[in-house]
Amino acid sequence: MAASDNGQLIREQVVAAFERKMKLRIMSGGTKAFYGRTTYGEPLDMRQHRGIVNYDPTELVLTVRSGTTLTEIETALDAQEQMLPFEPPHFGQQASIGGTIATGLAGPRRPYSSSVRDCVLGCQLINGKGEYLHFGGQVMKNVAGYDVSRLVTGSMGTLGVMLQFSIKVLPKPAGCITLIQKHSAEEALHMMNRIKGNPLPVDASCYHEGNLYIRLSGSIAALESAHNQLGGDLYNEGEQFWHQLREHELAFFTAAKTLWRLSVKPSTPKLALDGQQLIDWGGAQRWLASEEPEQKIRAVVAEAGGHATLFRGGDRTGEIFHPLSPALMVIHQNLKKAFDPGAICNPGAMYANL
Amino acid sequence: MSKNAVKKALRSFLPRTAILSQEEELRPYECDGLSAYRCLPLLVVLPETIEQVQQVLNTCHKMSVPVVARGAGTGLSGGALPLEDGVLLSLAKFSQILDVDIESCTATVQPGVRNLAISEAVAKHGLYYAPDPSSQIACSIGGNVAENAGGVHCLKYGLTVHNILKLKVVTIDGELLTIGSDALDSPGYDLLALMTGSEGMLGVIVEITVKLLPLPERAQVILAAFDDVGKAGEAVGTIIANGIIPAGLEMMDKPAIQAAESFAHAGYPTDAEAILLCEIDGVNDEVSEQIMQVRALLKQSGATEVRTARDEKERQLFWKGRKSAFPAVGRLSPDYYCMDGTIPRRKLPEVLKRINELSIEYGLSVANVFHAGDGNLHPLILYDANNEGELEKTEELGGKILELCVEVGGTITGEHGVGVEKINQMCVQFQTDELRHFHLIKECFDPSGLLNPGKAVPTLHRCAEFGAMHVHHGEVNFPELERF
Repeated sequence: MAASDNGQLIREQVVAAFERKMKLRIMSGGTKAFYGRTTYGEPLDMRQHRGIVNYDPTELVLTVRSGTTLTEIETALDAQEQMLPFEPPHFGQQASIGGTIATGLAGPRRPYSSSVRDCVLGCQLINGKGEYLHFGGQVMKNVAGYDVSRLVTGSMGTLGVMLQFSIKVLPKPAGCITLIQKHSAEEALHMMNRIKGNPLPVDASCYHEGNLYIRLSGSIAALESAHNQLGGDLYNEGEQFWHQLREHELAFFTAAKTLWRLSVKPSTPKLALDGQQLIDWGGAQRWLASEEPEQKIRAVVAEAGGHATLFRGGDRTGEIFHPLSPALMVIHQNLKKAFDPGAICNPGAMYANL
Repeated sequence: MSKNAVKKALRSFLPRTAILSQEEELRPYECDGLSAYRCLPLLVVLPETIEQVQQVLNTCHKMSVPVVARGAGTGLSGGALPLEDGVLLSLAKFSQILDVDIESCTATVQPGVRNLAISEAVAKHGLYYAPDPSSQIACSIGGNVAENAGGVHCLKYGLTVHNILKLKVVTIDGELLTIGSDALDSPGYDLLALMTGSEGMLGVIVEITVKLLPLPERAQVILAAFDDVGKAGEAVGTIIANGIIPAGLEMMDKPAIQAAESFAHAGYPTDAEAILLCEIDGVNDEVSEQIMQVRALLKQSGATEVRTARDEKERQLFWKGRKSAFPAVGRLSPDYYCMDGTIPRRKLPEVLKRINELSIEYGLSVANVFHAGDGNLHPLILYDANNEGELEKTEELGGKILELCVEVGGTITGEHGVGVEKINQMCVQFQTDELRHFHLIKECFDPSGLLNPGKAVPTLHRCAEFGAMHVHHGEVNFPELERF
């Protein structure tokens, strides 16, 4: 699809919405519309604000408009043997980079490489009054001013309308293999934590239905020597497995009525909660398909020093993200007011009062 | 507020020894690593517990006394420069490593712990803390977080912001906040990123949980010499375009090479126009493979000489030369001024050429060391502060260099922070609305503006005055503001 700069029109829509106190629901491909709290407002369509603005593979930086599809970006990166370091889930063909950065969702590589915000170097956004703002830049190292580009990453569009990003990209590894080992959950967690403390070329690990899957990436020589160290069988359907895990296409996900994402310290033992669990991110991300009451799930996870997100299903008008302490909530409300004084940008998408 | 009144209020909960008020006691705190700026604080306080920090901040808040937090005082932008009517809050007594979690690969430390001490403490577990600013022997982790410190391994391993998980922060009203978590993410806005690099403007950091990485199996370094800086710059792009992310990729120009060589005797070729140091780390077999690849690429890029360190001793020696570049340059001249711009790497030849022109125009020598992998340039301006007006001239030249960095699409500071030093250049990098949002962010945490006031973010009036002096591309910045 052809590139188009719709920034001016989007800005006019925001200005008009601010003046009329009209709420906006920022949307693009709609592939992650299920995520977060239900928000009501006039749709603000970002799909026509699209295209790669600048990409120089030797600088490892991609500058792109927010309505650009992940598919288009990954095709361009592929041609240069590069990739988005955070391996984002698409959840549909129309997934855009804007939605990816607004939700901050990353895939299996995340604990061994980068989170979404780690890779956001700069952004252009329109605040809730229709003012153009530009933070960060196109360089890896930049400490001028507060790090607003990373603050807005994962903010669910509640701090303004994100127009454009500069993102750090990385070379693709030369090769990739998946190992499979039979373990109990306890052994698998122990193994995942042991791997993390050793200089091995591991870039994903997941425990599911009695199997520990370990993805190795690097040069052929490095893969062989790591395979020898770790043991386990070579798993030939590895690529498909990681894809299905990332896209929530495994039966575990498609069968889940209510899906929770539990983010915990990686060494946390298997959590005592009813339902099915899948352990990803070397132990740091636990997927839970469970009909246990919300309060119980949140309490068990909080006890383990983590937090729980109602990822899919359940009551989308209730609490989706883990409740914040009162002091932190005050800061969040202040920040919301600073960027979006009329509370028109995706109000309530993250918390009811943001 | 009178000194005695503040002292009396602080004495109600701090021991006598935790408050310094005599001039000779205050003197060591009058500046940080940017020693061109000095100011004696009203008082220095040295609390030992988080509760004491909360009480200090709460008391200062109630009495409307500004507070400047300080770690080891090695910062290069004047971020810890005291205020004459303010309290200097030293975190020096917070020097304990509280916990090392080998399973989760994290360490929880107090802010006064030295950067290098973390890696030293966990080395026995085969782990280390990645960010390594050149001051790592002395600088404290709290200051690293406040400035989002970098180092020579940032391209591969990231800055401080990529290597911390959780902070405990005390706000100006004495509230203790936990930001981030022991998990890889936390609910809500990414306040951890906002707090990192906020230069003591939003809160005082009292505890940090850092990520630890496994020590690489092997590290190897290559030294390449070039007869042209442009070729060296292109070689960097070629290495990266071939899918190799070096652990460190450093460039030095001729003046810096010569200074470093005469200081450290690292075996650098002193007739070269530029040298590159390229470190590859990781799994043994992969390092061997990539070293061969990088050697070939460097030769293809026109390197006049390519040397791989023969052993660990020579590897350390190659690095010693680079790491001592600042003091080495310092020997060439009574004083030097270290700048910290970042540029898109492809602009390097153009930027070095224009720095050279500016150097001639101002009659001041400049040596350049460059974190080439991530585009972070450290021009070192040589001057003599005893010559009247030379510091001012140096600052003006430095400012011009930073404006040049912005012009080519870069930034005024890659890792040292804005502090007091680059506050005028913030007016060049940011527009009114952006600066206004920075002030709004500060108000979210510190509505009374008592934490490190006057640093990091310029007032709009200051920018208007600065803009009146610096007309950029024939356009006046901040046209909407009155000039005075």
